[in-house]
Amino acid sequence: MILPVIRTAMVSLRRDRAALALSFILPITFFTIFAVIFGGRRDTVPKITVIVVDEDQSQVSRELVKGLEREGSLVIRTRPASNMKGVEPGEYTASTAEAAVKAGDVPVALIVPHGFGENPISFRSDQDRPTIQLLKDSSDMVAWQMVAGLLQKVAMTSMPAVMAEQGLRSADQFVGGFTLEQRKRMDAGLEQLSQYENVGAGGGEAATSNGPGSGGIIAVTTRGVVGENKNNPMVSFYAAAIGVMFLLFTASGAAGALLDEADSGTLERVLSSRVTMTTLLAGKLAFNTLLAFSQLVLMFVWAWAVFKLDFLNHIPGFVVMGVCTAFAVGAFGMLLASICRTRAQLGALSTLVILIMSSVGGSMFPRFLMPAAMQKAGLLTINAWAIDGFTKVFWRDEPVSHLWPQVLVLLAIGVVLFAIARKIAERWEYS
Amino acid sequence: MSATASPVPSSLLPLKLEALVKRFGQVTAVDSITLELRNGECLGLLGPNGAGKSTLIRSIVGRVIPNAGQVAIFGAPANSAAARTALGWVPQELALYPRLTCRENLESFGRYHGLAGNGLQQAVAWCLDWAALQDRAGELSKNLSGGMRRRLNMAAGLIHRPKLVLMDEPTVGVDPQSRNRIFEMIEKLHSDGTAIIYTTHYMEEAERLCDRVAIVDHGRIIALGTKDELVQNAFASRSQVLARFADSGGGVGAWVEQHGGRSVHSTAEFTVKHPTEIAGLLDDAAKAGLELVDVSLRRPNLESVFLHLTGRELRD
Repeated sequence: MILPVIRTAMVSLRRDRAALALSFILPITFFTIFAVIFGGRRDTVPKITVIVVDEDQSQVSRELVKGLEREGSLVIRTRPASNMKGVEPGEYTASTAEAAVKAGDVPVALIVPHGFGENPISFRSDQDRPTIQLLKDSSDMVAWQMVAGLLQKVAMTSMPAVMAEQGLRSADQFVGGFTLEQRKRMDAGLEQLSQYENVGAGGGEAATSNGPGSGGIIAVTTRGVVGENKNNPMVSFYAAAIGVMFLLFTASGAAGALLDEADSGTLERVLSSRVTMTTLLAGKLAFNTLLAFSQLVLMFVWAWAVFKLDFLNHIPGFVVMGVCTAFAVGAFGMLLASICRTRAQLGALSTLVILIMSSVGGSMFPRFLMPAAMQKAGLLTINAWAIDGFTKVFWRDEPVSHLWPQVLVLLAIGVVLFAIARKIAERWEYS
Repeated sequence: MSATASPVPSSLLPLKLEALVKRFGQVTAVDSITLELRNGECLGLLGPNGAGKSTLIRSIVGRVIPNAGQVAIFGAPANSAAARTALGWVPQELALYPRLTCRENLESFGRYHGLAGNGLQQAVAWCLDWAALQDRAGELSKNLSGGMRRRLNMAAGLIHRPKLVLMDEPTVGVDPQSRNRIFEMIEKLHSDGTAIIYTTHYMEEAERLCDRVAIVDHGRIIALGTKDELVQNAFASRSQVLARFADSGGGVGAWVEQHGGRSVHSTAEFTVKHPTEIAGLLDDAAKAGLELVDVSLRRPNLESVFLHLTGRELRD
């Protein structure tokens, strides 16, 4: 009797195309997304963009910058990208580099100070020496640690002559002085090392890194310029990230009421009154927007009450981002409901689309961990723009006026999705 | 068949249809229907399932765009603001919000029709009273019995007190007791002077409620008039004789045809001008060896008319 049960279940599944699609397409889609993000395809490995300000402009500092540029996992910027008029902008300074980190343009900036080249390496931690400043955005917990480690590695591989000279100087100082013969041999060795370095073989692989911080060969002072004084650094990120994902689910569910009304005949009755389809959809969109905004309020108030999120000092920015996000999400729900013919279809399609958008858009893991191409793809999602906006508000403490790109994009998404939904909804208007 | 043109200006007629056609692919659901509804009249659209009644109603409401022809509601085209105000529609489906109470449902549909404030509350009170749902005003509509939901469904179509009401089989799936109550509601509405179009495939409903009946089949009006007119046109003054015979193979059908009658299911039908003709029929049957089970004489009704015109029963 088991076979008939299996047979019946298989026929039912085959007839329910939405469920069938969900059963097979969804796992493959997600596997593909995760494989692209974490699978380590060589051309998609994420690179960290680092601003380097070389205030020293010495031979040593230039060698260091060149060494950093040779690192495959880093993208070194010494000046901003050309503006639209093609005018080449000036090099970054310490203050513009800090501003760029604060604005979220890059996660890390390195400032090589004046005098660094005179005494770049020391084997004593208590020595008074110029230190490189590492400015970090604390929201990216990975980037700055990688850069700090690579900096030490580059010091080993790009400046072997300098390192050896500094080492010998220290030995000379602490062991009581070398003999003349010893000094001659050492100078010859250093000369040979310098020649070898100039030939360009300085990029040899270092076996290990001495690790970040002032305990390394190069003295580094790490300073967080964003988010250092936050009570709970990642709460605002997750409130936005998780919030938007569930907003999308709620909105699609709420918009599904339209399908119920179409099924029951209530929609036709409503359309036979003074209410037009445009009015009806606009009303539903307004409701969905209100519902989504209320959810966001609840989520952020919860984060404030339980996780000490600094909500009260960011209310204007929250309201702006909340309304725009809720509007876009509400319109997204309307579109899904208008495309689908049944609740089952809506359930399957919304699960598929929302999970894809959420994974690519940064709701499941931060976008800065993704390959560059995937980060760009994320910009096609509501999640990415909403999370970026909330991050600006709660993480970077940016004023409301700085939210205009996110506001514009989210409003545009909302308008376009609603317009498409209205067009598709014509099928309900007349037969 | 179509109704004759009335001298009444169309702006004063609740409804005027001219050569209305609606096709769905190869199927012509409404086939060149011309019809006029008079003020205060209840007109029945009687026909079997799939005859085109609902499509005709939906064309009047404006939910279906006809391929040809015109609809005028008090002179206004279907779907115009004036038509929407003048028209009330009771769809066949229970088009209600299940999680709203009776009162909330009525308020919602009232607002959709532009009612507000006291006007809305008075309309809700009238509807609850008309549908005898005052004591259930606070009940969720999903918790109502089938009959109550039907009544609420009707009330929701009348919340804005339209002058023309279209009722699409409002008694579908209703028990006899609730059906009677619905009849009373419609009769009250009729007596108040509201023009009504009432679609049904129940001959008894059309006979009880409607001033005139249009018999619809395959998208066309095949007969239109009062019940008496329809019967007179189809049968003149003849009566129907219904006879059942014991099953004796294929002999019954041939004998019935031979005597100008027809077999419908297991019953033989004849028309006679005078009841005394029955004796002759039964005598012939006995001679043919047919065993009579029972016999009855009746005046033809709308069902007889439909059968006479189409050769099919209403519920076929």
